[in-house]
Amino acid sequence: MGLVKSANLVENLFDTANIDQAGTRDGYGEALVELGKVNENVVVLCADLTESTRSNLFQEAYPDRYIQMGVAEQNLITVGAGLAVTGKIPYMASYAAFSPGRCWEQIRTNFGYNELKGVVAGAHAGVSVGPDGPTHQAVEDLATMRTISGCTVLAPADRERAFQATMATLNVDHLSYIRFGRDKYPMFTTKETPFEVGKAEVFYEGSDVTVVACGPLVYEALLAANELEGEISVEVIDSTTIKPLDEETIINSVKKTGAVVSAEEATVIGGLGGAVAEALARNYPVPMEFIGMQDIYGESGKAEELLEKFGMTSAHIIEAIRRVIKRK
Amino acid sequence: MKKLTDLKELRLKANDIREDIIKSLYEAGSGHSAGPLGMADVFTALFFNVAKIKPDQPEWPERDRILLSNGHICPVLYASMAHAGYFPTEELMTLRKLGSRLQGHPHRTSLPGLETTSGPLGSGTSQAAGIAKALKMNGTNEHVWCLTSDGEQQEGNTWEGAMFAAAYKLDNLTVIMDRNYIQIDGNTEDIMALDPLDEKYRAFNWHVMEVDGHNMEAVIDAMEKSKNQREKPTLILANVIPGKGVKYMENDYTWHGNPPKTEEQLNDALADLAELRKSIEENKMS
Repeated sequence: MGLVKSANLVENLFDTANIDQAGTRDGYGEALVELGKVNENVVVLCADLTESTRSNLFQEAYPDRYIQMGVAEQNLITVGAGLAVTGKIPYMASYAAFSPGRCWEQIRTNFGYNELKGVVAGAHAGVSVGPDGPTHQAVEDLATMRTISGCTVLAPADRERAFQATMATLNVDHLSYIRFGRDKYPMFTTKETPFEVGKAEVFYEGSDVTVVACGPLVYEALLAANELEGEISVEVIDSTTIKPLDEETIINSVKKTGAVVSAEEATVIGGLGGAVAEALARNYPVPMEFIGMQDIYGESGKAEELLEKFGMTSAHIIEAIRRVIKRK
Repeated sequence: MKKLTDLKELRLKANDIREDIIKSLYEAGSGHSAGPLGMADVFTALFFNVAKIKPDQPEWPERDRILLSNGHICPVLYASMAHAGYFPTEELMTLRKLGSRLQGHPHRTSLPGLETTSGPLGSGTSQAAGIAKALKMNGTNEHVWCLTSDGEQQEGNTWEGAMFAAAYKLDNLTVIMDRNYIQIDGNTEDIMALDPLDEKYRAFNWHVMEVDGHNMEAVIDAMEKSKNQREKPTLILANVIPGKGVKYMENDYTWHGNPPKTEEQLNDALADLAELRKSIEENKMS
């Protein structure tokens, strides 16, 4: 029980005052440079948010393979499809509110149905975008992208996980969507933390309740598990891959615990929580609680204020755990 | 595939294609008639004279890329491809039927030779620009031909693509617009006025040519000229008559989204096309 050794998380995991922090988008930018090195067909497109999405790292390394798209998200995807059908592997970045927000149909038809390989990168996802406000806080992206047949959907928890997930998209032979946040988040995983597309990882073992989380809320779930140690035995699963969901790992955990809480910085409708609920309803129904945006828009404010207001902190996860255990 | 250079032969081929458009649409029981008939001459010029293609090797790396942006006029694309030898002409009668490779709107991976998937309007210019950009990055000389409609100029995505193609100086791209002045709800200028399209594209830094889309010689000439254009992408505005060749369909927007439904309509259409064939054979056509 407790922290899983083979997860190889950082040693000062729970030292919240001193743990290093970085943006998940940094992991994306660093991975792009690596991908450019290992595969000459990798091209990077960005819709006027080059520095903000960290696409600038690739632009500096491979200027001939960087394509500035201007403020045009539909074009970002449709030009990307033309590149892809001609043998390039496009990584197409904008803010998630705009892509996939504005160009869902283009993604669905040009990459999904058209069976092309490409990666849609949605930065500034979730309410932790902060002061820019709800126009820029994408919370619907996990749900909308999950409905596209054949689309792999990824929401990495920290910088290292974002690096691993971005690198892994090179070996996905169809469409992938990967989302990043704007804020800096604790860097709690390491290069030795196992990662595989379609594989969820148990980071913390427990027997009373399962918390399945993605993105920055994985860390909040770990804080919750640590705080409840000795009182409630919590299992925390990192499900960076929302689709295809690692049903086996999740169902095996739930068979042991008999209750589940999902946690994501996205709407509770149709995202990770929806995916887990569908899998459990089909295979092993148990009481479930959903941490995320409760069918509501965010607002301007600091990231931590918004996460507090909209109920996505470790304290909220603890409350949800207590609620769900009562329903067992 | 034999390249056709004789104008009479090309016109007769266009008529074969029109007949198959009508037959396949009647067989399907749904689909769009006016657009495909209007563009039959342009497609014939492209597939049988201008474009560098090998229908028996649809994946030939050095082929020109032909994309249809307004996917709903695919009966003319399918008929042109079948007559060019990509697949047997008999298969045209499977259009829109369960299990067919000829989906209601083109699906790239269903049928070898299709360069892309289209149907939702306004994406083709951008897809073509992406292909043209990739070919430039590769340093190869294949030309990209994108067939587009006037109605889809109402889509913002189209103009994003137009801006991109000019900004990146994609002179290996020719867009040919089906300027037939109709869309589903009526005349384009009544629904959402588009003119002057030539000035709009010139203002977007495109090279623009305007042709009578039923004048085979002029269409071929414009296409050839566009291949030699440097620094700018080319738009060929092809003025065409929607429903061309079938009198009761010509210039009537209600045939935008309908097939010939009755046997009488089928026979009337085929009779008109037989008459057209006769006039081509007697050298009465331009």
